[in-house]
Amino acid sequence: MQEIKREVLVNKASELLKNGTVDRVFGWKKGEFDYDITPALFTTAEDIENEFVWGDFCGANFSKYLIKETGKSENKVLVFLKPCDTYSFNQLLTEHRFDREKVYAVGVPCNGMLDTGKIKSSAEGISKVTDNGDKVVIETLFDGEITLDRNELLPDRCLNCKSKKHVAYDELLGEDGAVLDSNRFDEVEKLEKMTPDERFAFWQNELSRCIRCNACRDVCPACTCEKCVFDNPNSGVENKAATNEFEEKMFHIIRAFHVAGRCTDCGECSRVCPQHIPLHLLNRKFIKDIDSFYGEYQAGAEVGSRAPIVNYTTEDIEPGDAVRRNENA
Amino acid sequence: MRKISLKKIDSLFSAIAENSVLYMPVDTKTGAKFEQWENGKELSDSLNTVRSAKDFFFPQTENLMDFKVEGKKIEVIDSRSETEDFVVFGVRACDVKSFDVLDKVFLAEPQDSYYKNRREHGVIMSLACTKPNETCFCTTFRIDAAEPAGDVVCYKTDDAFYMDAKTEKGKKLLSALEGITEAADDTAVTEQQKLTRERMSKLPLASLKADAFGNGKTKEFFDRPEWKELSESCLGCGTCTFVCPTCQCYDIKDFNTGHGVKRFRCWDSCMYSDFTKMSAGQPRLTQLERFRQRFMHKLVYFPTNNDGMFSCVGCGRCLAKCPIQMNIVKVMKKLGGNSNG
Repeated sequence: MQEIKREVLVNKASELLKNGTVDRVFGWKKGEFDYDITPALFTTAEDIENEFVWGDFCGANFSKYLIKETGKSENKVLVFLKPCDTYSFNQLLTEHRFDREKVYAVGVPCNGMLDTGKIKSSAEGISKVTDNGDKVVIETLFDGEITLDRNELLPDRCLNCKSKKHVAYDELLGEDGAVLDSNRFDEVEKLEKMTPDERFAFWQNELSRCIRCNACRDVCPACTCEKCVFDNPNSGVENKAATNEFEEKMFHIIRAFHVAGRCTDCGECSRVCPQHIPLHLLNRKFIKDIDSFYGEYQAGAEVGSRAPIVNYTTEDIEPGDAVRRNENA
Repeated sequence: MRKISLKKIDSLFSAIAENSVLYMPVDTKTGAKFEQWENGKELSDSLNTVRSAKDFFFPQTENLMDFKVEGKKIEVIDSRSETEDFVVFGVRACDVKSFDVLDKVFLAEPQDSYYKNRREHGVIMSLACTKPNETCFCTTFRIDAAEPAGDVVCYKTDDAFYMDAKTEKGKKLLSALEGITEAADDTAVTEQQKLTRERMSKLPLASLKADAFGNGKTKEFFDRPEWKELSESCLGCGTCTFVCPTCQCYDIKDFNTGHGVKRFRCWDSCMYSDFTKMSAGQPRLTQLERFRQRFMHKLVYFPTNNDGMFSCVGCGRCLAKCPIQMNIVKVMKKLGGNSNG
């Protein structure tokens, strides 16, 4: 259950539209079922009243949408940001990807968003999902209802939430939280403990399901190239063919390298993957390495920070030491 | 109608697998998936596999031919290997219907010999649905989930498997299984169908109609202002097209292997920025145009060119998988007016 009620967001959006602060509002729009909520741009208080949703399925991060939307008008657009979204927001500002003056950001507290995939694998024919705080009741069309612990239905990014603190906003609804001690590197450590062959087999199994839909790239707030090299027929590496060979792994590994130091660990890549590939683990490995080699660094924690891997200092670790770490371990 | 006890289901599968490769949906921790059957593998009860059954006839990637260049001579090598006979078991009514849609594309003149070859070698053993999902809307396209098409139609009840041959291929397959199956009447099947149809009528999307769309409606829908709002948050990824059982667009490319050229084809997506790129560029410059293309193709262009047949079968995969939860149902309701509510 979310601590801030829908009405608070709806009233805030209507107020800002009416007083002329903004003329467009990014928000979550209701769907056919309780869980299929679409990111949408609202322009009238009436539409917001009728179709705006705030609840357990508002996982979509609007930060990346700001790049295109702020280019369309001189007026401000309102965006609601959950704590993890604010890191993407700041990172995009650091990279000069949108004009901060054209955005009015309202921070909203978040108690974690439910994972639709987990709900669908626990029940069939879902007719209603009700969150009672610690428990979630799933009503079905033909099998009655089941009650599950809310924690069982959270995605990894929320189970291991890194921060309840908003690092960017013009205005905050409710109380701000704190940066959390999360266990988000536990899975990475498990992978590190594997032998190279075991690790290869793990990723081979996961990545062999990839269908090259590019949803991970297209949703990623760190992937904002105007033309991705993999979409450019002149690049020589453009390829739509999904093969269970070298190229699939290269796509995901190259993407992870490309966003290293810029990835805020928002977890959108894993949320949207139709094949449930734990893509965030690739990114977290980079984050963990950066933390251990250069000291803790959180991309997007502040605007304008330089990621250690693009910032040379004389104290930097020697590349050879990074390569030899396994021998010393 | 033939029948076999559920307890003996493995003997049925092994008898089929003796003569041809047998595929069926099995459960994995990330959803159901078609796999080759072998002893110990269990048939999934899931409705939809994550990837549809179109893969069997129209694989995501396939090599078409090789070229060898020596001086001024080019040798064209047919790299096809002979397709073996195979049986796909447990195909649901929506996916069986998708083969009709694909046939219209690939078996129209000039026929696609790669697709045709696989169709000829494949036998479809469909499986009637009993417990539809909230995302199912096959009835919108007049598909009966309780009685799918296919070479052999199968029905799974609490204690038995019923099989009914519908085509010559199907009759041949069933007659080879007569030793382990027994004749049965259709009482249990009729009862199951009645219950399934009742359940279908109670689905949240049961009242969705496609009547507003179809043959000749291009002008009516092409310039509708609602496309803007519908496509606004589309990421331009290819998820909907790749999990769709009827999406059939592909790209053909030549790959320089260093010692020759390999020509392959792979699925393409109208959602992609380089889709149908020509010398003059990409004809659909914005995501709105690309988004519109997909839904107009399913609901208007395809029926216009194929005697009214829609190229959506209501399987609901895009409803389950779209990262932003936009889908054909929302498009139909928005554009089709109240009759589609």
